[in-house]
Amino acid sequence: MSAAQSPRPFSEPSPLVRWLAGAVVVLYAIVTILPLVWIGATAFKSQEDAIAYPPKVFFTPTLEGFVDLFTVQTHQSHDFIAKLPPPQTWYEKIARDRDMVIAGPSRVVERFLNSLIIGFGSMLLATFLGTLAAYGFSRFRVPLSDDLLFFILSTRMMPPIAVAVPIYMMYRWLGLYDTRIGMILLYTAVNLSLAVWLLKGFIDEIPREYEEAALVDGYTRLQAFRKVVLPQARPASRRPQSSALFSRGTSMRSISC
Amino acid sequence: MSVTNNARGIAEAVAFRAPATAGVRVRGLSDRAVAWLFILPTMLLLLAINIFPLIWAIRLSFTGLMANLPTPARFIGIDNYIDILTDEDIWANFQITAHFVFWTIALQVLVGLGLALLINQKFRGHGFWTTVILLPMMLSPAVVGNFWTLLFQPQIGPFNYLIGFFTGAAPSSFTMIGSVALAPWTIVLVNTWMWTPYVMLICLAGLRSIPDYIYEAAEVDRASPLRQFLSITFPMVLPFLMLAVRFQAIQSFVMFDLVNLLTSGGPGSTTELVSITLKRAAFEKWETGYASALAVILFVTIFGAANIYVKALNKVKQQ
Repeated sequence: MSAAQSPRPFSEPSPLVRWLAGAVVVLYAIVTILPLVWIGATAFKSQEDAIAYPPKVFFTPTLEGFVDLFTVQTHQSHDFIAKLPPPQTWYEKIARDRDMVIAGPSRVVERFLNSLIIGFGSMLLATFLGTLAAYGFSRFRVPLSDDLLFFILSTRMMPPIAVAVPIYMMYRWLGLYDTRIGMILLYTAVNLSLAVWLLKGFIDEIPREYEEAALVDGYTRLQAFRKVVLPQARPASRRPQSSALFSRGTSMRSISC
Repeated sequence: MSVTNNARGIAEAVAFRAPATAGVRVRGLSDRAVAWLFILPTMLLLLAINIFPLIWAIRLSFTGLMANLPTPARFIGIDNYIDILTDEDIWANFQITAHFVFWTIALQVLVGLGLALLINQKFRGHGFWTTVILLPMMLSPAVVGNFWTLLFQPQIGPFNYLIGFFTGAAPSSFTMIGSVALAPWTIVLVNTWMWTPYVMLICLAGLRSIPDYIYEAAEVDRASPLRQFLSITFPMVLPFLMLAVRFQAIQSFVMFDLVNLLTSGGPGSTTELVSITLKRAAFEKWETGYASALAVILFVTIFGAANIYVKALNKVKQQ
């Protein structure tokens, strides 16, 4: 165990190799991030700048886009706006400059909240159920376990567009239609197969001798799972896999039902 | 090696049979009860959410139901299936889908594995740059589809402008989305851009799971770096890579949202993936029965392919 922590002359890449690897990765990262930077920059552009030709790299930033996003506005004539009392706030001023009058807040915050609740809810539930099932498949002799695992995988093979209508009818029938809990269950189901497969690979790698020692010491299975396996799986699941799960969880939002 | 494995296997078999047969119950629940307690919630949820739509689709696929007409569904046997399997356009769509799946997977594996190997050199700041590379994957396909449409816009899009800037071609002389020759590659490009980080992540997890002492032993034995890669790194990453490939392949096969937003199958039907045909049949022509049959065919195709693939995967794992 201690050998793993001590500095090793072996298997350490040379400085030149490291530098080259870093250079290539940084180059790829910059190229891949350019479209995102462009999205970010466009958020602060005025409507004219956003569709200007040639595309504008330098521009005067404005919060126009954000004001449009968070408020509902109506278009009014110059004369009408001239008769109104002067704008009270900075965002009213931005809207007035474009002949718009703010009518009230938009529902975007509420919708964003929905996304957060559904995204995090389904992520947590999928990770929770996935860890349990992965542990079950990894440690016990489950009859037909290969077939069950394949069934779990096969749940991703139906085109989402074909599933949408039956699910809609089922949800109407169960009263889950248009509820957050229904959406959380749906996304959990979508993410669960990935969670089980990834986490099983993980738990397979934790030596079972630890748990067996715990069992000998008088722990029950559940205690051994909670106090021995989970702490070991946690640091691992915080890294790559969990972020993969998370992204799936948040990005599946676009399938509408 | 095989002897120790065997011994361990026997020990495990004994350890796991003992509680059930000899009645040496550990306190609390029996192992079997724990196993089912852990697995059942997942199975029940997946059954509830997945089996119902499947049965529904299979039932409808034998009818001539038009969802927008009040006439009740009429049983027409396997007519829908005959229609689909003899339709040359459907075969063309399957070919387009195969092209899309093959190239996205090939590029994702190549770039993803390459990046993972480079990042694993642990240069300074590799954590930060890994996070940067992951960002495209964290967006929703709806955002990605809409925004790339704008980036690809021939008159005002920065993509065409950049290409024009570096090659000297007029930016509006080509359209990534509107051209028959380029559109199939455009969807490959965007999908690869979005999902390469995912393959990279899983490869990285595989690389990190290789214990250092294996490399140390290889160094002691004077194995060359190439030899180390071929005999240690690659075989140990392969199961992870194949897992990633399988999920990505299935996802690309049923890909809908991203491509629908980018090209909606056009120009003509050059990027019409099967799931887009499905949408057109189900929600534009309202041929619900026909669309259900197509969905079942697509499901069976993927199911069969995945089955073969999983068998191959298990073989790789056992080695």
